[in-house]
Amino acid sequence: MSPVIIIVLKRLGLGLLTLFAISILIFFAVEMLPGDIAQAVLGQGATEENLAALREKLGLDQPAPVRYLQWLSGALVGDFGTSLVSGERVSEAISGRFTNTLFLAAYAAVIAVPVAIILGIIVALLRETLFDRVSNILALTAISSPEFFLGYILILVFAVNMGAFPAIARLSGDLSFLELLHRTFLPALTMVLVVVAHMMRMTRAAIINLLASPYIEMARLKGAPPWKVIVHHALPNAWAPIINVVALNLAYLVTGVVLVEVVFVYPGIGQLLVDAVSKRDFPIVQACCLIFAATFILLNLAADVGAILTNPRLRHPK
Amino acid sequence: MTDPAKTDLMDRLAEAARQGQLSRRNFMHHALAAGVAATTATGMWTRTAAAQPRRGGTLRMGMHDGNTSDSHDPGTYLTRQMIHVAHTHRSYLTLIEPDNALGPDVATAWSASADASEWTFELNPNATFHDGRPVTANDVVASLNHHRGEKTTSAAAALLKDVVDIVADGDHTVVVTLAAGNADLPWLMTDYHFTILPANEDGSIDWQSGIGCGPYKLEEMEFGVRAHFSRHDGWHGTGAWFDEIELLILNDPNARLTGLITGDVDAISLIELKTMALLQRNPNIRIDNVPSAAAITMPMHCNKAPFDNVDVRNAMKLAINREEIIEKIAFGAATIGNDFHVAPNMPYWPASIPQRPYDPDQARSLLRKAGAEGLTVNLSTADSVYSGAVDLAVLYAQQAKRAGITVNVVREPNDGYYSDVWLVKPFTLVSWGARPTPDVMFSLAYKADAAWNESFWQNERFNELLLQAKSELDEARRAAMYEEMCQLARDDGGTIIPLFNNFVYARGGGVEHGGQVASSWECDGARWASRWWFSA
Repeated sequence: MSPVIIIVLKRLGLGLLTLFAISILIFFAVEMLPGDIAQAVLGQGATEENLAALREKLGLDQPAPVRYLQWLSGALVGDFGTSLVSGERVSEAISGRFTNTLFLAAYAAVIAVPVAIILGIIVALLRETLFDRVSNILALTAISSPEFFLGYILILVFAVNMGAFPAIARLSGDLSFLELLHRTFLPALTMVLVVVAHMMRMTRAAIINLLASPYIEMARLKGAPPWKVIVHHALPNAWAPIINVVALNLAYLVTGVVLVEVVFVYPGIGQLLVDAVSKRDFPIVQACCLIFAATFILLNLAADVGAILTNPRLRHPK
Repeated sequence: MTDPAKTDLMDRLAEAARQGQLSRRNFMHHALAAGVAATTATGMWTRTAAAQPRRGGTLRMGMHDGNTSDSHDPGTYLTRQMIHVAHTHRSYLTLIEPDNALGPDVATAWSASADASEWTFELNPNATFHDGRPVTANDVVASLNHHRGEKTTSAAAALLKDVVDIVADGDHTVVVTLAAGNADLPWLMTDYHFTILPANEDGSIDWQSGIGCGPYKLEEMEFGVRAHFSRHDGWHGTGAWFDEIELLILNDPNARLTGLITGDVDAISLIELKTMALLQRNPNIRIDNVPSAAAITMPMHCNKAPFDNVDVRNAMKLAINREEIIEKIAFGAATIGNDFHVAPNMPYWPASIPQRPYDPDQARSLLRKAGAEGLTVNLSTADSVYSGAVDLAVLYAQQAKRAGITVNVVREPNDGYYSDVWLVKPFTLVSWGARPTPDVMFSLAYKADAAWNESFWQNERFNELLLQAKSELDEARRAAMYEEMCQLARDDGGTIIPLFNNFVYARGGGVEHGGQVASSWECDGARWASRWWFSA
């Protein structure tokens, strides 16, 4: 069997173990939160009898480990249970929201990754020039500002002053794809601004790092133009760290968007998770967290595989 | 026009004009006779004429406080999202009119036995559910029973604790029997939980389908995101001018504001008080700043030292500068509190009780009398209680310093505040929603054995009066009892009431309402969908 496949299988097995550990952590973290689901659902107005009746109805009168095992036995066969609050299937409650989140993440990634890498190559080429400085300052400003602040600035400029894009990314049923892109442009742009700097600077650093190598000097000496030195000679060896950073940022696009969702009122999975935590709705919290954890595990795995595939020494070990 | 008599006259003139009983010429004549300047009168006529309701359009409302995990079960209604959705697609027995009087909804008339322990509600024979079925007494019985009984999970069960029996008498009459008289029962029926829903065969209700007998049909709803409604043509009330309603959950205050400014929504249910002054400069936006009976309270546990001494309690009440708090924390959007939990817009509000001033010197002398000079207390609060709750507590600490009282402000976590801090810590800051009558409020939070007697206040005379007033059908005698109770709460009770916070919401250019709005909830008592309209 090819070593790549063995690594993938090993890592997937470890990933499953990680998910299991995370599910235990999440369950008991939710348990430790003050108050419980009955209080959260019925609010200030509930009496003791009400609370007891609701707890019994939801099966909360059983001890916590028993409830965890019940959930686990379902989860092992792919049944993540029903929301304790609404009674809806967890898969149904999550699928629409997760699709929205994935759409926004993909939208942002499609813009951010090429822009970041191309910008990174250009600034490596033009290093120490005015363009390099300005790009770096702008990218660092964007990554240093909180997302909600970037969101508000974009709303002010593009929605309130220019009226070019809607401030609220509301998704109602019958939107054409172009309308959808138009309506979700501002949240996507916010996320692009947040992730571009990291990837761009890593590309720049990885390439510049290689420029001192003897083989680059050789390339220069044989008369290759600077762009060719970078794209043909430096970049192929710089891929591994770049891919790692790209994977991390992609994971962030999926898991770190709660604030952007709030600012633009985008119905993604982050808001669902926040609501579920406030209601102590354990099955939903658990499912959301496992999705986030799986995203990180899979993207990290993809980054490692990518690093191997771009490195001939690792691809053909002796 | 600060003269109340003149205001009243102008209101009546405007009302007559609106109903077409008064020509422009007569309107001007009466208004000028009342001493109103000609330009003012012309302006009023224009506004009044514009106040002719008009059919049509889709209203897009940006609503705060919506949660993904909400549900259509009326027993679990908690968020503004559900309260406003309920008033849009469902109906109640009674309702609160724009002038805050009690009015008919599904019930057209109601009457009580002499001791107010048996109430008969006559139902509107024209009321229908969205699937065409008529609303019958059976549906009403099942709807109310949803909140009763041992197995109920309804948060409103406490309100119906005294109900012994609810029976249908024919198709259009419902009789409610109580263990003890309650003159406020028709008011209780306006509570947002008590929606009238279709009964199932087994006496339960069908809340799952989303069918109601309200002004609009629920077409689709994604909890915590949006809801879409279309007009219910068979609705039994008057109004419902919009063809369709689009409710958007906008929990973020900035999203609501930009949504309104950019025209993504037509109205929003709550604005941040900090931005009110700026928003007022926008000529296309109108702000409704409506005094309500929602209150901020600061209960002190009367069963724990040092608050077991009435002089200490009164010193704490004298050491708060309410005007300053209203100006700096509520940005003026509040009514001053007087340490009894009845707001000026509630029935039986006693106008005669003098306002308690800020008097640190008197507070100091009361403390000396109680032997508690140099008092130090902890005040627990959390950001989520009220916008500016922590600031309010810090400001109070500064004010109390002048009376020689040290108030340590303890910032508690938002999460679990009402389960772990309220009713547990001896001195807290609490936010209360509006309740319709003094009896409901007092029974809930001031009665000796009430589960939420938040100050653990025990006053024999107060509790005796509470029982008497509850079943008293004579308005004058009842008002006198509430006045005495308010005085008792103010002078002996354990609750500081700094203010009643206003509802402050905003409408875009074309959205009109009748001028007077109900103050039981934001946006015309949550009945904006059926009461407001688009101007031409």
